[in-house]
Amino acid sequence: MNESTREHPLLELDNLRVDFHTPTGIVQAVRGLSFTLGRERLGIVGESGSGKSMTGRAILDLIPHPGEVKADRLTYRGQDLLTMDKRARRKLRGRHISMVMQDPKFSLNPVRTVGDQIAEAYRVHHKASAREAKQRSLAMLEQVQIREPARVYELYPHEVSGGMGQRVMIAMMLIAEPDILIADEPTSALDVTVQLQILKILDDLVTQRGMGLIFISHDLHLVQSFCDRVIVMYGGKAMETMPAAELADESARARRHPYTLGLLGCLPDLDHPRETLATLNRDPAWLA
Amino acid sequence: MSTWTDYLLTDSPESRRQARLGQAYRKWLAFRRNPLAMVGLAIIVALLLVAAFAPVIATADPLAQNLDRRLLPPSGGNFFGTDSLGRDIFSRIVYGTRVTLVIVLLVVITVGPIGLLIGAASGYLGGWVDRLLMRITDVFLAFPRLVLALAFVAALGPGLENAVIAIAITAWPPYARVARAETLIIRQQDYIAAVRLQGASQWRIVWKHVVPMCLPSLIVRTTLDMAGIILIAAGLGFLGLGAQPPIPEWGAMISAGREQIFDQWWVATFPGLAICVVALGFNLLGDGLRDVMDAR
Amino acid sequence: MTSVAQTPVRRRSWGDTAKAWAKIASRELSTVAITIFGLLLITFFIARVIPIDPVLAVVGDNARPETYEAARVELGLDKPLWKQFAVYTGKVFTGDLGRSVLTSNTVVDDIKRVFPATLELATLGTLIGCLLGIPLGVLAAVYQGRWPDQIARVIGLFGYSIPVFWLGLMGLLLFYAKLGWVGGPGRAGVAFQDLITPITGILVIDAAIEGDWEAFRDAWSHLILPSAVLGILSVAYISRMTRSFMITELQQQYVIAARVKGLSEFRVVWRHAMHNAFVPLVTVIAVSYMHLLEGSVLTETIFAWPGLGRYLTHSLLNADMNAVLGGTLVIGAVFIGVNLLSDILGRLVDPRTR
Repeated sequence: MNESTREHPLLELDNLRVDFHTPTGIVQAVRGLSFTLGRERLGIVGESGSGKSMTGRAILDLIPHPGEVKADRLTYRGQDLLTMDKRARRKLRGRHISMVMQDPKFSLNPVRTVGDQIAEAYRVHHKASAREAKQRSLAMLEQVQIREPARVYELYPHEVSGGMGQRVMIAMMLIAEPDILIADEPTSALDVTVQLQILKILDDLVTQRGMGLIFISHDLHLVQSFCDRVIVMYGGKAMETMPAAELADESARARRHPYTLGLLGCLPDLDHPRETLATLNRDPAWLA
Repeated sequence: MSTWTDYLLTDSPESRRQARLGQAYRKWLAFRRNPLAMVGLAIIVALLLVAAFAPVIATADPLAQNLDRRLLPPSGGNFFGTDSLGRDIFSRIVYGTRVTLVIVLLVVITVGPIGLLIGAASGYLGGWVDRLLMRITDVFLAFPRLVLALAFVAALGPGLENAVIAIAITAWPPYARVARAETLIIRQQDYIAAVRLQGASQWRIVWKHVVPMCLPSLIVRTTLDMAGIILIAAGLGFLGLGAQPPIPEWGAMISAGREQIFDQWWVATFPGLAICVVALGFNLLGDGLRDVMDAR
Repeated sequence: MTSVAQTPVRRRSWGDTAKAWAKIASRELSTVAITIFGLLLITFFIARVIPIDPVLAVVGDNARPETYEAARVELGLDKPLWKQFAVYTGKVFTGDLGRSVLTSNTVVDDIKRVFPATLELATLGTLIGCLLGIPLGVLAAVYQGRWPDQIARVIGLFGYSIPVFWLGLMGLLLFYAKLGWVGGPGRAGVAFQDLITPITGILVIDAAIEGDWEAFRDAWSHLILPSAVLGILSVAYISRMTRSFMITELQQQYVIAARVKGLSEFRVVWRHAMHNAFVPLVTVIAVSYMHLLEGSVLTETIFAWPGLGRYLTHSLLNADMNAVLGGTLVIGAVFIGVNLLSDILGRLVDPRTR
């Protein structure tokens, strides 16, 4: 890491757009999103279809075929990602920018052992012998608090529980030591009891390594307690960006966007029980 | 013109018939966008036309022998040349469309309903009926189709009718499988339960709800299968076990041209091309239909 | 929060594995038994519906009634049908398929002699089918809806539409008569006829074992065209199925995960997606192998290939029913065997069922 790259923020997005050209017209998944990511925890919240996952995919250059990414600016530590060729973008994946996905049941390859998949992630980016990669992987499994790494290393994905699967996933995605981790609903598929453990592991590793984290979720409470800053997305646009602490701050309510208030209003609250939960009112003018 | 398309493509149809016609029209629009499927359709329409107007299209009597004009190469008078008995190959191929169509239609007419019946009964009744019928189906599926057909023709004796019977005996199991699978899916649907709760009879459920839902995949299956039937029939004809001479059956014509393949290539080549084109037509059509009708 | 409770992991104990396998084995075996029973029933039924009187075939048309009756009793045709079937079954299981009228050998001996030639053809054909069909199918899936997909689709549909015997003739016409690239009909050139002592019965292998490379080249030049003709048939089927399996796999989340790791697209497709697609593909390859055994009936006729297919058609045209039914039975049995093998192989490839 030289001095010139250190001055730049980890990630800069300006006016990011993701369009899908379908036979029936253009579907705009993300329409003009801008933010800067430092070594912090940034939450992105929104309903399904708000474009939050597509944002993550666009950063990784993993938008599927008919999709197209455009932006005024998209840089990783000052390097322009838009003009970078496919190969260079691929080299960034895993090594510099990585992603933890929702359900380990589907995001681990069912016919290969978990250890094999972790070691593979290391060996793509580092010249290492199979032995060394295995040592690294075992150490990484230990870091995600798996007690018998040597045994788990040999297991197939269907032989591990959801919580353990997600630890394996985290180990796999962090073994090459990236600076940015995108966590796309990393705990939504897990039992509530396991969720906290996984978040703790994620939190520890991100803090230890001083990484930037983009935490994508539909869960306002989770984002509020876990992140430093929050972007609320709707229809592919950022409705507002604010410090996470302000979400819970009653005195800041007046400054909130109506959509954010709407989202908050839909949540049940033990302290203030209500007969019926509010439903969201969406104003087309927000997308104008 | 535009009022018709408006009527068909409306989002709020006023009658059931309009809704149904509209759906059919939308499927046709989707089908029309697939150029390969349209080629298939064109081939099949051409096949039907040629079969219907064979006497007009043919330039000669397909059975007329002329030993002075044996084994002539393709020319302006004989587009595809003549065979070892001096018959015009082009005219024989034209009349051959009728033989091919007869075989395919006979097989499909016998096999489709049998397969549908066995499959639907198996799927709808379940229990030991299902197990028994599926075991029988499995046994037939475990057999090589052509070899089984061969054995049957050998037992029954060669000829067009026996070839059709043999092919039909070996062709029904896949249909039964498809029909059963469809029935099983449909039977568990909530709307069938709803219909039953409204007091519909068993017969009405099967006829009005199960069969129509099975139909699209069976039609697709049948169209794709027609190519296979044509190939097996041609194979039997080639071995001398199908249609007997002098009937202009394409497989038998290839067989007749085998001896002269190195010197008079046209005798065997053109009937083979005819088989290819027609089989390809059915395959393209079936493939296109599958995309439109059978989303799964 | 401090006590990180590890959720229990399902351990693989050997007892469980053995039990699971025993269960699978018994189910497979009962399927095989029922299928073989059905097979016997069908061949027996065909033998019974033949209009040819088997007694007359033995004693001749002008036999006296007493001779006829004696022969009938000797053949067991006076017994009730179920008893005849039992006798037939017993004979089949002791390896007695009767005698061929045509060759006057026992059918079993005949089949032993001709079967390796067919095996050779079908195996190489399947190999060619896989080597061409799998990459084609993968390409079509990767570029789904774009031009490589369209090309693969047309190739596949052509493969389904060409009569194999005609393709064989055209191949001979072009590559043997016009271009002279390959050997003609038959298994070996005149100069090499019966030169190699059969060890495996598969000529190219036997020639290689003897170290006679000239004979090997000759055998190869005769083998390649009929195998390629058969192979083209299976390309259609294998590429189509590969495409559909790969499309399913490429949509899975683990493929995205593999890309996130920074793997090359080649590795993502071939190591990750293909490994998964291979599980159902095993069955497809087995089915295609069986199709080729079947296709060999017509191909062997064209190429004068002395295999089971030609034996079968030859016997058929000469109404040699023992040979026809024996051959049918053997092909049916091989079908069952290949099916079973593919089931087992499929289980071995997939860790979830292992």
